[in-house]
Amino acid sequence: MGFLSAIGRTTLGFLEALGKITLFTFMALSHCLRPPFYLRHIGRQMVEIGYYSLPVVGLTAVFTGMVLALQSYSGFSRFNAESAIATVVVLSITRELGPVLGGLMVAGRIGAAMAAELGTMRVTEQVDALTTLSTNPFKYLVAPRLIAGTAMLPLLVLVADIIGVFGGYLVAVYRLDFNASTYINSTWQYLEFMDVVSGLVKAACFGFVISLMGCYHGYNSRGGAQGVGAATTNAVVSASIMILVLNYLLTGIFFS
Amino acid sequence: MSLESSGNGAAGAPKISLRGVKKAFGPKVVLNGIDLDVMPGESLVIIGGSGTGKSVLLKCILGLLEPDAGRIFIDGEETTHLHGREREAVLRKFGMLFQGAALFDSLPVWENVGFGLIQGQGVGRREARERAIATLGAVGLAPEVADLFPSELSGGMQKRVGLARAICTRPDIIFFDEPTTGLDPIMSDVINDLIVQCVKDLGATALSITHDMASARKISDRIAMLHKGQLVWVGPTAEIDRSGNAFVDQFIHGRADGPIQMQIRAF
Ligand SMILES: Nc1ncnc2c1ncn2[C@@H]1O[C@H](COP(=O)(O)OP(=O)(O)O)[C@@H](O)[C@H]1O
Ligand SMILES: [Mg+2]
Repeated sequence: MGFLSAIGRTTLGFLEALGKITLFTFMALSHCLRPPFYLRHIGRQMVEIGYYSLPVVGLTAVFTGMVLALQSYSGFSRFNAESAIATVVVLSITRELGPVLGGLMVAGRIGAAMAAELGTMRVTEQVDALTTLSTNPFKYLVAPRLIAGTAMLPLLVLVADIIGVFGGYLVAVYRLDFNASTYINSTWQYLEFMDVVSGLVKAACFGFVISLMGCYHGYNSRGGAQGVGAATTNAVVSASIMILVLNYLLTGIFFS
Repeated sequence: MSLESSGNGAAGAPKISLRGVKKAFGPKVVLNGIDLDVMPGESLVIIGGSGTGKSVLLKCILGLLEPDAGRIFIDGEETTHLHGREREAVLRKFGMLFQGAALFDSLPVWENVGFGLIQGQGVGRREARERAIATLGAVGLAPEVADLFPSELSGGMQKRVGLARAICTRPDIIFFDEPTTGLDPIMSDVINDLIVQCVKDLGATALSITHDMASARKISDRIAMLHKGQLVWVGPTAEIDRSGNAFVDQFIHGRADGPIQMQIRAF
């Protein structure tokens, strides 16, 4: 009996959270679309998300590209397929690793920051103060973050794609003694427009999810510093899991 | 319990009116049927122990929390379940000083003070800055403070900035949630004087919360005492020492023994 009721309680809790998140999403989206728009805040968030995440995302991308080249070389040389390395690197980066690893790094950086900032504002009554000053917290706090997250992640991932491919190139040419122009040619040869676009669409979805989770957990945090800490953890964990699940679903849609 | 007040607008319809307001959080009943009228231009102070629901009462009136039962009227119009634009319109009448000041720590002081002007009334940033600095002057802060951030201010200065933010839009109704808690006695008195001065200048209706009796005596025309979710006594400030109410007597003399049993545990 205890076992069954535990399952029931968990299921109900899960459904309740799902309902709350859905409601929050619709509220937030409706505020993204209706004026007033806080352009100043959207701009500030874009800089925060896009510009200041560049080092982290760039570093992740360059090492991923380098490792990919090394790994595929040691694997592919077993059946004399070294010429496929450039293609493997560029396809893996643009279709999967750029968006997913970039998304996960940004989830750690931005999702946590948003949850901590909104959570602190919630527990110190700053969110209530906004409301009493006739400003809708959804419009003022949540909408700019959602818009900026969704808009900036594709740009970040585009940069990551380029840096990642460049990392692969560096290893291939300077460590594995590939011919530079041959490598560049085979990088372009099998790359399709859709590979890059699918990655960027994924990135936009991840950006939305990261901001959504950061805002949702921050906005609903309760009970002082501890509550803010929990909100931060929950934001990062839930955003990361949703990125992985969404990635599978989107890949299924794009390449089925 | 009389409704007369020494304020200037005792006659006529009440500014704020509560009827049977109830609010519970899960099993914990915080407000259990509150009836209260606040007249235009009067200053009412609600006293009561910590955790008796004083802040919850203010938040219900502001619409930050929705009461489970009962009705709330502002200027004779029911506002109990308003949302969205209608709520925003009602809130334009209000200024609120929060318990912890609740300043926006990402904005400089002047933008905090002018926030209601910029966001709520569409005043330009330049003009808002000038009016914010003027309001800072009214609460005794120098113009240099305007460009500091809230984290750079002492507790007393934060309270003053919070006060300036509450009055900058020249609201009809001002709420003060524990304006003197955490301040030394001298700074408390400075804040009390500022509150009295500002409320008088604006001709506003004031509803304050405190458990500091010196402050309550100084800023109020009438006092109401909240205990166990109900108002156990409401009367003019002058009569508080001869209220004949055991709860009030115990509270104003700060005695541990009496009808009020401090709850050691939350439930
Ligand atoms: N949002 C909330 N959720 C749950 N409980 C709350 C909430 N706000 C206040 N309470 C509870 O209501 C009671 C009254 O709180 P409050 O009005 O802040 O007391 P005070 O009279 O000291 O201002 C407290 O016990 C508090 O735990
Ligand atoms: Mg309180």
